[in-house]
Amino acid sequence: MKRANAWATYLQVSPLALVFLLFLVVPIATIIVVSFFDYNTTQIIPAFLLQNYEELLLSPVTWRTYGQTIQFSVVTWAITLVIGFTVSYFLAFHVRSATWQMVLFLVCTIPFWTSNVIRMISWIPFLGRNGLANMTLIQLGLIKEPLEFLLFSNFAVVLTYVHLYTLFMVVPIFNSMMRIDRSLLEAARDAGASGWQTLWTVIVPLCKPGIAIGSIFIVTIVMGDFVTVRMMSGGQSASVSLMMMNAMSLLQYPAAAANAVVLLLLVLFTVAAMMRLVDIRKEL
Amino acid sequence: MNGRRGPAYWLLAGFFALFVLFLYGPTLTILVLSFQGPQGGLTFPMNGVSVHWFKNLFEKQMVGDFAGSLQRSMILGVAVMLVTVAASFSAGLAFRSRFKGAAFIFYLAVASLIVPSILISLGIGLLFRVLGWDAAWFSSAFGAHLTWTLPFGLLIMFAVFNRFDRRYEEAARDLGATSWQTIRFIVIPILLPSLIGVGLFGFTLSYDEFARSLYTSGTFNTLPLEIYGMTTNVTTPVLYALGTVTTGVSFLVIALALVSFTWVRRRRQRHGSDAGKAA
Repeated sequence: MKRANAWATYLQVSPLALVFLLFLVVPIATIIVVSFFDYNTTQIIPAFLLQNYEELLLSPVTWRTYGQTIQFSVVTWAITLVIGFTVSYFLAFHVRSATWQMVLFLVCTIPFWTSNVIRMISWIPFLGRNGLANMTLIQLGLIKEPLEFLLFSNFAVVLTYVHLYTLFMVVPIFNSMMRIDRSLLEAARDAGASGWQTLWTVIVPLCKPGIAIGSIFIVTIVMGDFVTVRMMSGGQSASVSLMMMNAMSLLQYPAAAANAVVLLLLVLFTVAAMMRLVDIRKEL
Repeated sequence: MNGRRGPAYWLLAGFFALFVLFLYGPTLTILVLSFQGPQGGLTFPMNGVSVHWFKNLFEKQMVGDFAGSLQRSMILGVAVMLVTVAASFSAGLAFRSRFKGAAFIFYLAVASLIVPSILISLGIGLLFRVLGWDAAWFSSAFGAHLTWTLPFGLLIMFAVFNRFDRRYEEAARDLGATSWQTIRFIVIPILLPSLIGVGLFGFTLSYDEFARSLYTSGTFNTLPLEIYGMTTNVTTPVLYALGTVTTGVSFLVIALALVSFTWVRRRRQRHGSDAGKAA
């Protein structure tokens, strides 16, 4: 019985394990191996060289691009955290009927199920030179000339990130908040805490796991992004992934692979730092 | 939180309303603009109302292979959905007992979520190139999509099984059910709503996936790749028509999931079953 059970367990988990092995572990291993390869204009040549890393790390463009990507991540993280926390707080503590809570939560999540590329495109009629934002501002008499920085700028990139990914903050923080025992809040009030004090000393600390999970999502997504930067910056900004893609299109696979390894290390270190704050399995 | 609603409530409610407007506003704008007249442009004002751009969308030579890529994305989405539901459910069952390597597989799932999509795409693309295989939407892209949907599926199954009352299974076993019968007639019906949820994740994540398809889909584009290609060379409202159709498909799938969700619930209530209370 015992042994049969063990076999059944392995059989049950094998499809999942197999997918991760074939399409996650092996490909990442391939990237690492290829990052040491040599290449010329037509092919990649198996070798063990550090040259790809040297060229990457000695180039000022690399550092600038990494700086830009990190900057995007930090700014987006801060904004989505504030918005995500406020929205979850409203849903969890101010909406009283469970049905409304569910409905409003669904309203927030539905856009997540639609295409990101389309949601980016949908900013064009809004932010463009003759877009709604400029038209409205001109009609209100607030500006005379259309604002140029709205579309195809770093502003547009961050706006799009916030638009696309705030949900990744809302869901885990909302989840944390819903687990807070309501009697704790009453206890805080009975002990004489003001609304702000309850928020800062009771709710925020108890939401830390949710905040950490949301932050991990946001930071890893933004660090690996290239679509948003390419579409919304109008070619004025770069990101690490875009840099990789350029190398790919020039058939410099080992160079792209070296960059991929560096990006992967950066992401893993960032996540490891955040994971210290939270035990994800406890949160489910 | 108690008694009347103070200014804090209205302030937060206002903030929430603005957030919802921010989420939906742009999508509604392109929905309206996709019905632009034949002479209309990419921005307001509307120049008449027509379905010109929708017709335009389905004429093959005009805008690449929209119908073909839509079909491919649909097939891929359904395949990914089925595998995601089956594999996550089965893995969820396995994770209820301790086994060697459980922690390792769990960390693989987490890694699969946090490793940027473009790296997975690049890795699979490189792997196929090194092996001399041709990347295709039904092989490499299929695997790439699964690395994105399975972690979500597994985490959902963890959450679901954490709340699952094992006494139902014990009762079934006491009544003489085999393990397969227990799963088929007890566990699956109780968990059906969650499985629908996992399916919804599987389909829509795959249907909208861009980065993981980039180096893995080979010669024939999936829909997001096609749309992305169009953004660089199409400057007519046909782009918005495309957006409206794709978003429409997504909404249809969500509605379908919600309807089947409520249907399962209703049916349970009608049959006076207490099964739902465990899930």
